[in-house]
Amino acid sequence: MHIKFERRIEYSKKVLLAVPVITIGLSILVSSILLTILGKSVPLTMYSFFIAPFENFYSITEIFLKFGPLLLIAQALAVGFRAKVWNIGAEGQMIMGAVAASAVPVYLVESTSIFLLPAMLALGALGGMGWAAIAAFLRTRFNANEILVTLMLTSIALQILYYLLLGPWKDPMGFNFPQSVMFQDEALFTPLFQGTRLNTSIIIPILFTIAVWIFMEKRFGGFKLEVGGLAPNAATYAGFSAKGAVWSSLLLAGFAAGLAGMSEVAGPIAQLQRSITSGYGYSAIIVAYLGALHPLGIIFAAFFLAVIQIGGDVALVSADVPISAVHVFQGLLLVFYLATYTFVNYRLRIHRPGVLQSAKVSS
Amino acid sequence: MTTIEFFLAGTMSAATVFLLAALGELIAEKSGMLNLGVEGMMAVSAAAGFVATYETGSHLIGFAVAGFAGIIVSLVYATVAITFLANQVATGLAVGILGLGLSALIGRKHESLTVASAGNVHIPMLSDIPLLGPVLFQHNIVVYLTLATAVAIGYCLKYTRLGLAIRSVGENPHAAQALGYSVPLIRYGAVVFGGLFAGFAGAYASTIYTPLWADGMIAGRGWIAVALVVFGTWKTGRIILGAYLFGMVSLGELIAQSLGAAVPSQLLSSLPYIVTIVVLAIISTNAARLKLHAPFALGESYDGSESR
Repeated sequence: MHIKFERRIEYSKKVLLAVPVITIGLSILVSSILLTILGKSVPLTMYSFFIAPFENFYSITEIFLKFGPLLLIAQALAVGFRAKVWNIGAEGQMIMGAVAASAVPVYLVESTSIFLLPAMLALGALGGMGWAAIAAFLRTRFNANEILVTLMLTSIALQILYYLLLGPWKDPMGFNFPQSVMFQDEALFTPLFQGTRLNTSIIIPILFTIAVWIFMEKRFGGFKLEVGGLAPNAATYAGFSAKGAVWSSLLLAGFAAGLAGMSEVAGPIAQLQRSITSGYGYSAIIVAYLGALHPLGIIFAAFFLAVIQIGGDVALVSADVPISAVHVFQGLLLVFYLATYTFVNYRLRIHRPGVLQSAKVSS
Repeated sequence: MTTIEFFLAGTMSAATVFLLAALGELIAEKSGMLNLGVEGMMAVSAAAGFVATYETGSHLIGFAVAGFAGIIVSLVYATVAITFLANQVATGLAVGILGLGLSALIGRKHESLTVASAGNVHIPMLSDIPLLGPVLFQHNIVVYLTLATAVAIGYCLKYTRLGLAIRSVGENPHAAQALGYSVPLIRYGAVVFGGLFAGFAGAYASTIYTPLWADGMIAGRGWIAVALVVFGTWKTGRIILGAYLFGMVSLGELIAQSLGAAVPSQLLSSLPYIVTIVVLAIISTNAARLKLHAPFALGESYDGSESR
């Protein structure tokens, strides 16, 4: 007997819809095994992960606080991934967006101008785009692999951040902690509800999602092409030249990641410090895939990942589950997603000896 | 030991981490499998190797456990990318993310602990030569074994049937299959070999080079190893050279500090990453030449069908 994958003539829509369910199911199964090995309570952890985040209003606003940057960055990354432009340095672009935006309140400590926030928005976007542009330039001019360049740039961005926080931008009254001054209220987004950290910046990811969706629908007339696994190659992508695809993918991601970084320092964190990204740049890669690189799918995926990140914080306290368990779970999601997605384009064929030859001819 | 001896000797030690990981990746890529999960494989095995060494006191057991851990993680990649035909880039990233999470999980109870460094061999006579002795002939045995393995791998790829099989699978899987080689089997083998060596690289990093555990200690060295394979244009000799160059660059921070240079430490910490980008740009400029050296079917899944 011989088991073999055989390419489907047309992709299976039923399987496509089943993929996220199976992916999540398998990830839960494997992490339950891991939790059991660690000696943690599985039911309590699962409850903390998936139910507890919805138990009170504050926690729900926190989900949306995490949902925003994940959605924003993932939507942009998905556009690039469709064109096979592998920007995995959104984390670095986010850092540079946050750094550029922070320049405004750091240098204009006394200012109460209403233009503070718009200036930070502009600089945040430009910071992210500038950082991504380095990778785009090196790729188009020197053919340098963007995977490695964007990754290295992330490490460099982190060092720039550390340099600023330990040197010129360190808060003189900050007891030598590596952080900037706290930003004035005029440099911060307004909270949506009293006593919560969720703020008006949530509008950015929503507007961006709508824009990307409209743009993609117009360019492709829907998503049939990609869903069928026939991703257009970079040269003909959306009518761009190969170079155009690289530039537009990277600049778009830099724009989104930069704004996400700006939204963090002008939102929940309210200053520049070492841990401004919360790993959103990496998690967004998972969100983009889990959402099948489709704007609608990405909305669900971003929400799901936001829930488990909040759930991870809960599980840390309630079930003593280390925070790295959340990263493992995210990794499992992507691994199982990629494996199960194969069944969208392939079917399993079981050949018995003798039948093998005729089956080969007919395919 | 004088300062200059210290740095040159340190270069050899630092280079070994890069070289071990790059050799594993070279074999995987030669068979057509672009495994970007090296960082994750190294992180898991660095943690597992450290914990094993700490608990048993034996570096040998640490290396064995780390190698085993590397193989396990590489099998996840192989299963998804070879059997399930998933996109190799995405699968490598997935395994990398999974590996970093697992590594933190494995090492969480050993954070900031240290193990005794493994002893160095002193090659009789040679190690007494001034300058050259301490620089070249007083290292941990793994340094020499790695170099010997590198030479053996270069020979194997070029002159043996096994090497031919690996190369043909990476150049033209359809033809290789027609010749009677099992493409999936050879690719599994190559990826697992890569996992084993990433495992050794992780163990060397966490139990010999800097014998302590800190989450995130691999710090991009797995990615630099991936870059080294490109720098070396898939040739063993040049990869050895590249690994030693990066070994030296990664010591830049120490060198500058001892010279008393007034350069921000963050700039020096960025040096390996900056050099990687610059070298990558220089090497890649000649796209045609790079393509000539790269395994032709690198990154392509093989589903056994004739056309795609």
